[in-house]
Amino acid sequence: MPRLGDYLVLSGLLFVIGAAGVMVRRNLITILLSIEIMLNAVNLSFVAFGRALGSADGQIIVFFVMTVAAAEAAVGLAIVIGLFRHRESLNPDSFTNLKW
Amino acid sequence: MTPLLIAQVALTLLVFVALLSSAAGLVYAERKVAARLQQRLGPYLVGPRGLLQPLADIVKLMFKEELRPRAADPLLFALAPVISATAAFTAFAVVPFGAGTTLFGWLREPLRLQVADVNVAILVIFAVGSMSVYGIVLAGWSSNSKYSLLGGLRSSAQMISYELSYGLALAGVLVVSNSLRLTDIVNHQGGTWFGFLPRWFVFVQPVGFLIFMTAGIAETNRAPFDFPEAEQELVAGYHTEYSSMNFAMFFLAEYVNMVTVSAVATDLFLGGWHGPFLPESLGWIWFLIKVGAILFFYIWMRWTLPRYRYDQLMRFGWKVLLPLGVVNLLATAAGVLFLGA
Amino acid sequence: MLLFYVFGAAAVIASLLVIAQRNPIYSVLLLIASFGALSGLYILLEAPFVAVIQIIIYAGAIMVLFLFVVMLLNAPREETTEDVPTWAARTSRAGVARFGVALSIALGLELVWALTKHGGESGAFAGGSVASVSAIGRLLFTRYAFPFEVTSVLILIAMVGAVVLARRDPAKEGH
Repeated sequence: MPRLGDYLVLSGLLFVIGAAGVMVRRNLITILLSIEIMLNAVNLSFVAFGRALGSADGQIIVFFVMTVAAAEAAVGLAIVIGLFRHRESLNPDSFTNLKW
Repeated sequence: MTPLLIAQVALTLLVFVALLSSAAGLVYAERKVAARLQQRLGPYLVGPRGLLQPLADIVKLMFKEELRPRAADPLLFALAPVISATAAFTAFAVVPFGAGTTLFGWLREPLRLQVADVNVAILVIFAVGSMSVYGIVLAGWSSNSKYSLLGGLRSSAQMISYELSYGLALAGVLVVSNSLRLTDIVNHQGGTWFGFLPRWFVFVQPVGFLIFMTAGIAETNRAPFDFPEAEQELVAGYHTEYSSMNFAMFFLAEYVNMVTVSAVATDLFLGGWHGPFLPESLGWIWFLIKVGAILFFYIWMRWTLPRYRYDQLMRFGWKVLLPLGVVNLLATAAGVLFLGA
Repeated sequence: MLLFYVFGAAAVIASLLVIAQRNPIYSVLLLIASFGALSGLYILLEAPFVAVIQIIIYAGAIMVLFLFVVMLLNAPREETTEDVPTWAARTSRAGVARFGVALSIALGLELVWALTKHGGESGAFAGGSVASVSAIGRLLFTRYAFPFEVTSVLILIAMVGAVVLARRDPAKEGH
């Protein structure tokens, strides 16, 4: 039977993979996808803790996290569309106007 | 390997085969009914009264050449019909079609006539329905042709728009029946009022039933909501570039989706397998009759009503059906609260 | 236990492939596969409601949004390091990438170490009651009613904001 620790390790691995994706990838959409991976990893640990403590609060928090993730994905993608229309590029290195 | 397990596996296979043959049967039924509605004969040459026509169609489709446009993405091109067909079959897995039966006492405990009895059956149907959008959008994209892409995007936008009203109609039934398990919902509808009116939810939720059927027709991309795949419009929409068995899989998916929507509507609104004159264990006969009636209604609609233009279709889904669904849900909730039913 | 490993391995491998793919469409599809594996894990954790809404919301709606945007923008495959103009920029970007990967690996090892240190005692799951959908609903409308309403306003704001942000400027179009 998998224990709480197993689920947390899995969640940690997924979170780290997402974080690596955000830092390494140079494509705005893939960065947003990596953020979604991180959010999912956190969801998994919430549900695991909820189950371990025998309370439904874990699942409720997950409900809210999913909704917020949906809102954030929508707005993030709208911004990406706007940016793409300006520069015809999805590489974050192209948007360096404000750098000194 | 208890007898129950063997029976379950056999049941799963039976459901699978039945879905496949129902798709074939629907092909025949559609052509015959369409023909009669248009005052002509329909297929009558192949086999007695044309009954072997679907077999001839299948054989023809199998012998056709499988084309793939050179610029098409090979993995996605092959994957899209698989996703469509898989989602269509999976959705039927949680639909119960009969009361528990002990197969004339061979089994010790009753076998539920359902491939999988899950606690959240309604949500599973909804979830798998959202997955079928991917088959279409990937088909449109991977074909790398403008008709396919436009058809695929339009079709998937239509499907996700009508999913909302679909869900709201489901929610209305949930409020009345207090359970997400389809078996419980059907059992709620047993018995009669005043001795003759069956306790079906269609009498409690008439608006909900209409919304569900309309959204279901839009979900399966059938007329009058079949703009994205109509022949007079974007060539053939998202399956323009598909031929032979790939095309057959899309059509299989469409017909099995129709069967699933009809089956779910029967379970939710028309009392599932309950009906007069037959014992509980033969309820599946009533189920088949009701599903058949809804399928006939589907085919009848296709050949009677003119097609909605795409913007009319989207406007209808968002501005008419969705508010109607919300009002229905509110009214149902108020009714349950005040009447305590 | 076997199912846990199967789903866990599927989720990890799919996520690794998501961040390793050049083609954004494949990334989105692999992420959907990863969400499916996570949904299976939620079912193992006896949270059927979360599992199903994970499929409905994440895999069925958010990912469709991503897919639509990728198709709308005809997102180009990500450029390789050779496309970067100057030598300095190229090495600095490669350096950042290597640093990011190293940092992630370090974080990952530390997490694994920390979480397995208390081996058996972070133990088995409590035999507590499984939250049914009606229990979750009840909680949502009583204890968490305020966040629930706030979240609905948040979604409304996000919807309006997304429509405004993604709109083409009518003055520039000149029609």
